[in-house]
Amino acid sequence: MTYLSSTPSDQQEMLRTIGVRSVEELFEMIPEEIRLRRPLNLPAGMSELELTRHMGELAARNRPAGQDACFLGAGSYDHFIPAVVDFLASRSEFYTAYTPYQPEASQGSLQAFFEYQTLITQLTGMDVSNASLYDGASAVAEAVLMAMAATGRQGRVVTAANVHPEYRQTLATYLANLPTEILTLPTPEGVIRPEQAAAALNDQTACVVFQHPNFFGCLEEPEKLVQAAHAAGALAVVVFDPISLALLRRPGDYGADIAVAEGQCLGIPMSFGGPYLGVLACRESLVRRMPGRLVGQTTDRQGRRCWVLTLQTREQHIRREKATSNICTNQGLMALRASIYLALMGPAGLQEVAHLCVQKAHYALQQVSRTGRWQTVFDRPFFKEFVIRRPGVNLSDLLSAAAEQGIFAGVPLDRWYPELADALLVAVTEKRTLAEINRWADALE
Amino acid sequence: MSGLLFPDDLLYSKTHEWVRVEKAAVGQNVATVGITAFAIDALKDLVHVELPAVGRRLQAGQEAGEIESVKAVSPIYSPVEGEVTAVNTELENRLEHLADDPYQEGWFFKVRITDPAGLNDLLHAAEYQKHCESESH
Repeated sequence: MTYLSSTPSDQQEMLRTIGVRSVEELFEMIPEEIRLRRPLNLPAGMSELELTRHMGELAARNRPAGQDACFLGAGSYDHFIPAVVDFLASRSEFYTAYTPYQPEASQGSLQAFFEYQTLITQLTGMDVSNASLYDGASAVAEAVLMAMAATGRQGRVVTAANVHPEYRQTLATYLANLPTEILTLPTPEGVIRPEQAAAALNDQTACVVFQHPNFFGCLEEPEKLVQAAHAAGALAVVVFDPISLALLRRPGDYGADIAVAEGQCLGIPMSFGGPYLGVLACRESLVRRMPGRLVGQTTDRQGRRCWVLTLQTREQHIRREKATSNICTNQGLMALRASIYLALMGPAGLQEVAHLCVQKAHYALQQVSRTGRWQTVFDRPFFKEFVIRRPGVNLSDLLSAAAEQGIFAGVPLDRWYPELADALLVAVTEKRTLAEINRWADALE
Repeated sequence: MSGLLFPDDLLYSKTHEWVRVEKAAVGQNVATVGITAFAIDALKDLVHVELPAVGRRLQAGQEAGEIESVKAVSPIYSPVEGEVTAVNTELENRLEHLADDPYQEGWFFKVRITDPAGLNDLLHAAEYQKHCESESH
C-alpha cells in the first residue's frame, strides 16, 4: 500500500471542499468535559539510529522458543514451520492484501481463502468453513452465538472446566449482557462424563461446548457428548486440535454441528498477543448463521473460473445490529500460512507430525515418571499434552532453574486451577529431540 | 409499479405482507400470509427464506421470519396476532418463481387469528397501492 501524506495545503483543500473551517471543527460534537486537554504522555521522538538500537534492545530481551527446548503448550504450540511457509506468505502480493475492501479485485487473495476453506473442510469433515476468525477463543464464542441463534435458545450453555480457561473467559465476556447461564461441568477426572453432560442439559440449552483433546491433553468421548447434546435438542460445539485430526476421527464424522480451533499450530509462530488464527467450520444447514467471510467459486461472464465473497447479506456492514457477528474481518494472512502448511504437509505429512507428537509425548511421560517423584494427574489416553504433579515441590523455583538450562519445562496450572497448584501442563511436539526430552526429565528431578 | 397485481380480496400491511382471511370453524379465522408482488419486485433475486415454527404465537407487527435476496436480508412481519398453524415447506424451492404466483402457491405461513379486531388496521388493495406508490418515489 502506498503511503499518502497530507500537507497543510492538502488539508486546507479538503476542509474547503467539505465546507469546514478547521480540523478542530470536525470534532465539535465531542463534549468539552470528556476531551483530553493535555498532550499524550509519550516520550520524545527518536532518530532512526536511536530507534533501531532501542527496538534491538527490546527484542534481545525475548526468549524465542526456537532457541530453547520448549515444552509449553496450553493452546500455543512449538510445531515446526517449513521455510516455504514464510517464503510464500511474505510475498508482497499477499503480504499487503490484508482484508480487501474491494474483495473481488483481489482474486489471488480470494482464491487463497477458498483453498483454505476447502482444506479446513477436508481436515474436519464438516460441510463449510469460513475464511477464518481472530483466534481460537473468539471462534468458541462465535460458535456459541451461532448455536443460540440456530436453536432460538438463550437460557444455558454447557461447557466444562477442561475447556481452555481463556476461551471460557472470552465466552463469558461475549455473553455478559445476555440472560444466558454458562454451566461449567467440573472435571476432576480430567474428562467429561457423558452422563454428567446429559444431566446438565435442559430444554433451554443452546449447545454443549467441549474440547477434544481437552485442555489437559486427554481424549474425550466425542460421540457420546454429541449424542447427549442432540438428545436435548442442543447443538454440539467441539474445540479441536488441527494436528490431532490426522489421527483422531474428524468432528464431521462424529456428528458435531460446529467445529472450532486455534489454528496457530498450522504454520504460525508462537507469539504473545498473536496474530493467531480462528478456525470455524459447520454443517451446511448453519451456513447462514456463520459469522465472518465466506468465499465462493463461480465463473465470470466470459466463463472463466473466479472467486467472490458470498452470503455477505448477514455481515455487519450490511445488516448492522442484526448481523451474525460484529467481527467483519478475518485473519487472511494467517489463513494463508495455514493453507500453505497444510498443502505442503499433505495428509501423510500431517499424520507423521501427529504420530511423532504422540510418541514423543508418551516417551516424555515415561521418562519423567521413572523415579516416582512425579505422578500423572489424569490417567487417561492423551495426544501431545499431559498433566503431572509433584507434591510439595516449589514449581516456580524448579521452572526458573530449568529455564536457566534452556528448557521451558511446562505451564504451571495454578493460574487457572488452584486445586492443581503443584501441577504442570507439558506439551511435546514433533520438534523435541530424544536428547531434549532426556534433558527435560533430568531438569525436573 | 405498473403491471404489479394487488388482488381486491386480500388485506395488506404497510410492511408489504398480504393476508387472506378464511373461516376455519365457527368464530375461528385463519389468515394466510405472504409477501406482495411489490416486495418481491423490490427485493429481486431471492435465495433463502426462514419461516416461523408451527405453534409459535405472534403479535401483529412482530418479526416472524426472514427473506434473503442476493443483496439483503429482510424481516417478514406477522400482519395479524395469532398462532402459526402451518408453513409452506415448498417455498424455499419456489423462490426463483415467486413473482409468477405470489398470492396462491407463494404463501408463507398460516396463523389462527386471536385478535380479529387487529385486521381493521390493515389496508385494502387500493390503499396499499397508494402506499407503494408513495414508497417508490
